Amino acid sequence: MKNNALEGIKEKAKDVYNKIMKKKAPELDLPLRALSNVKYDNKNGYFEIMGKMKNRTLTVGTIKTFAQTLRMMSLSKQLIETDDIASKREAYYISKNWGEAKFREQPESDTVMDDVEAMMMVNREQLGFIPEEKGGEVAGKLVVIDRDTETKKELRIDCTKFGSGAYSIPISLEHLKFETDAKFILAIETAGMFQRLVKHKYWKTANCILVSMGGVPTRACRRFIRKLADDKKIPVYVFCDNDPYGHMNIYRTLKVGSGNSAHINKYFCVPSAKYLGVTPQDVIDYKLPTHPLKEVDIKRAKDALKNDPFVQHHKEWQKALKQIIEMKVRAEQQALAAWGLNFVIEKYLPDKIKHPEKFLP
Amino acid sequence: MAETPIAVELAKKQREIGVAEFFARNRHLLGFDNKRKALMTTIKEAVDNSLDACEEASVLPEISVEVIDMGNDRFRVIIEDNGPGIVKKQIPHIFARLLYGSKFFKLSQSRGQQGIGISASVLYAQLTTGKPAKIISKISKDHEAHYYELKIDTEKNKPDILKEETITWEKEHGTKIELELEGSYQGGSQSIDQYLKQTAIVNPHVTLIYTNPKAEQLIFARATDQLPPKPEEIKPHPYGVELGILMNMLKFTEARTLQSFLTNEFSRVGPGTAKEICENSSILPNTKPNNINRDMAEQLIQGISKTKIISPPTNCISPIGEELVEKGLRKEINAEFYCATTRPPAVYRGNPFVVEAGIAYGGEQSADDSAKVLRYANRVPLLFQHGACAITKSVLSTAWRSYGLNQSKGSLPIGPVTMVISINSVWVPFTSESKEAIAHYPEIIKEIKLALQEIGRKLSVYVHKKKRIQIEGAKRSYIETYIPHVAEALKELLAYKKEDEEKVKELLAEILEKSRGTLEKIEIDNPDYDEDLANIGKADEDGEKQKTLGEVGE
Repeated sequence: MKNNALEGIKEKAKDVYNKIMKKKAPELDLPLRALSNVKYDNKNGYFEIMGKMKNRTLTVGTIKTFAQTLRMMSLSKQLIETDDIASKREAYYISKNWGEAKFREQPESDTVMDDVEAMMMVNREQLGFIPEEKGGEVAGKLVVIDRDTETKKELRIDCTKFGSGAYSIPISLEHLKFETDAKFILAIETAGMFQRLVKHKYWKTANCILVSMGGVPTRACRRFIRKLADDKKIPVYVFCDNDPYGHMNIYRTLKVGSGNSAHINKYFCVPSAKYLGVTPQDVIDYKLPTHPLKEVDIKRAKDALKNDPFVQHHKEWQKALKQIIEMKVRAEQQALAAWGLNFVIEKYLPDKIKHPEKFLP
Repeated sequence: MAETPIAVELAKKQREIGVAEFFARNRHLLGFDNKRKALMTTIKEAVDNSLDACEEASVLPEISVEVIDMGNDRFRVIIEDNGPGIVKKQIPHIFARLLYGSKFFKLSQSRGQQGIGISASVLYAQLTTGKPAKIISKISKDHEAHYYELKIDTEKNKPDILKEETITWEKEHGTKIELELEGSYQGGSQSIDQYLKQTAIVNPHVTLIYTNPKAEQLIFARATDQLPPKPEEIKPHPYGVELGILMNMLKFTEARTLQSFLTNEFSRVGPGTAKEICENSSILPNTKPNNINRDMAEQLIQGISKTKIISPPTNCISPIGEELVEKGLRKEINAEFYCATTRPPAVYRGNPFVVEAGIAYGGEQSADDSAKVLRYANRVPLLFQHGACAITKSVLSTAWRSYGLNQSKGSLPIGPVTMVISINSVWVPFTSESKEAIAHYPEIIKEIKLALQEIGRKLSVYVHKKKRIQIEGAKRSYIETYIPHVAEALKELLAYKKEDEEKVKELLAEILEKSRGTLEKIEIDNPDYDEDLANIGKADEDGEKQKTLGEVGE
């Protein structure tokens, strides 16, 4: 698989070289990474990239990025050939040796890295780049089978045995295997809620696996849940704040991917995921305390209604977003604590799980 | 006993004040406020007179100026020309009588106007050193040269002849004046050197030989044998005449009727216009001019202002010319861009005038300094009182920002700029007899501003073009910065050889060059530049600035 990436890089470089030899302005074609370049249908279950390309022809305006893109490709080639890895931050520091072509801030280097990734249509791990962020945490009825990095001997990790702590999802996880008899996976937005459920061993009561996403799920987290759900054929329920950020940026990204990573959504999403709550209707049904909706939230909801192919496909989501815009309020997961600290465990979750058919798609 | 009324006592002290006495006390009015300026003004007056005389006689001027330091702030100044000379009888009056001259009574473009300048210098020399003026003049090779030693009788404003003799002088014709006066010699922007240089720049038909107090000789050789066209003398235009002058004219005219007086003594007045003026003044056209009293004269002035009279003829003005203004700038300044304009003639108070302006931009000039403004009136450089001058006012009130220069409100523009602004007229309205600043006539300011706007527009085209070229240059160097990175990355990616890397760089440069076209170059192309000339009067400028600052504190 890695060799494909390497060949791809060399091929692109060769194209550029040949153009130059023919005295033509060289160009690099990258797929456009945006919501406007993805399509969604229920059968595939994820945001699929369409053919829109961004053309980077060598001109005054583009020569710096052009040079940086080539240098980033060269770095990737070096990493693959030496079987090494570099984090996004490390790649940024490596660029400091490139003289005038160095990146001033890491977001610049991240963007170029994403461009290279999209150009090769592979995920960045295949290019030798690894993300910085944590992959998420797991607790509950699950045994992860990993290998010792030195001895390559099998390691069995029992996710029930971390006490008040949890298992950390590794960045590279294609080699993992799983053993579980859990009924479902519960993906939770906030670390706070995850902690509460771990402390009271909710996974035991409900016979499930708890995953803390800590905000927008990282690629590793998405891939882990996907692999686990696929391998073990267990449903995935998502538990987020009731606001457009929780609905769209967290849940939708987990389920179908994002516009920005359109080229790799296929592997980095969980199409089988369902939205458990908190829903706008929950706010009414459970009389939850609320905060007024912020301007950015309203804008986000309206944008989603207008531009998001996923929302456009699901009437239930259109209804939910319209409802939240009308109510003009948002409610956090922790708002359930207004009815008692363990209300979520004793009442809310059991109630919800009894009626999976009421989950949002 | 009846006391003598005080007025009788006072009357004993009351007497006529001689004009020479008056100026002896008010020397600043004539430009002799301090020693330094006095020396400068003396030379200026003598040179102006010489130039006027030569041009009037159609002689190519060759003027020698010598300044000798006698110690104790005393200087001997000798100015000699090859002009037509002065007839014996007139020599004492010209040099030793104030307000005596030929130019006051005629309207024609000349440097001198009032007949004060040179006699004021003689007076100043006499007041400060007690020494007479020594004059030699000869009118042709068939005549003898006359030598005079003259003083001014300040009470009577009459020449006091100390010595008078005929001598032999090798010159065919010409005049030489020698004065000894108190003065001080300094370099800088208001120096004799600077004045002579600026004179040479706009008078290319003149040869000036200057020996400064350090006994160094500078020669400004003539650049052309072509004399400027001789300005024509014109009669006054009715719009410019004032009551006193009008009454004088009425008194001395040979005309028998008012109508013929008007048609004969004024320009642009034919029988029809004359009749109209008479009608508007309610005076009969056949009234005898001598019979017109003060009240009637005033009526006449009002009648003139009610009558529509066409503008005075303008062929009497001989401007420097766009070409020469630009050439002058080129000699003096190494710049990237030059342009000049000569406005069509205009009229203020019945006097025709022509404004000219030129500009030199960029090159070796500092971009952080205020613009330099060189002012001229009838080809005479104006070095003093720039703040009081209509030229400066016009520069300040022009919006230079729209022409690509920086400018704070009410100040000179900032930028690598030198401007030449020149006014030519049959009667340049100076603010004082020392002729240092031009009066603020709205018509004149308007014309100067129009001239500045004209050169400003041309300047802005250049400034913007230059900016474009600079941006383009910056883009290109930006491209050149990144070409090696593209080549190096490709080398790493494709593992090709060093030669290939060079080839890639070369081709990339070519590809990008092709898409951008050739780059225009900004450079100084100025074969007319004369470095020695440009340096004259510059050497002491820094010292001078400090001195000025010190003076402010005093």
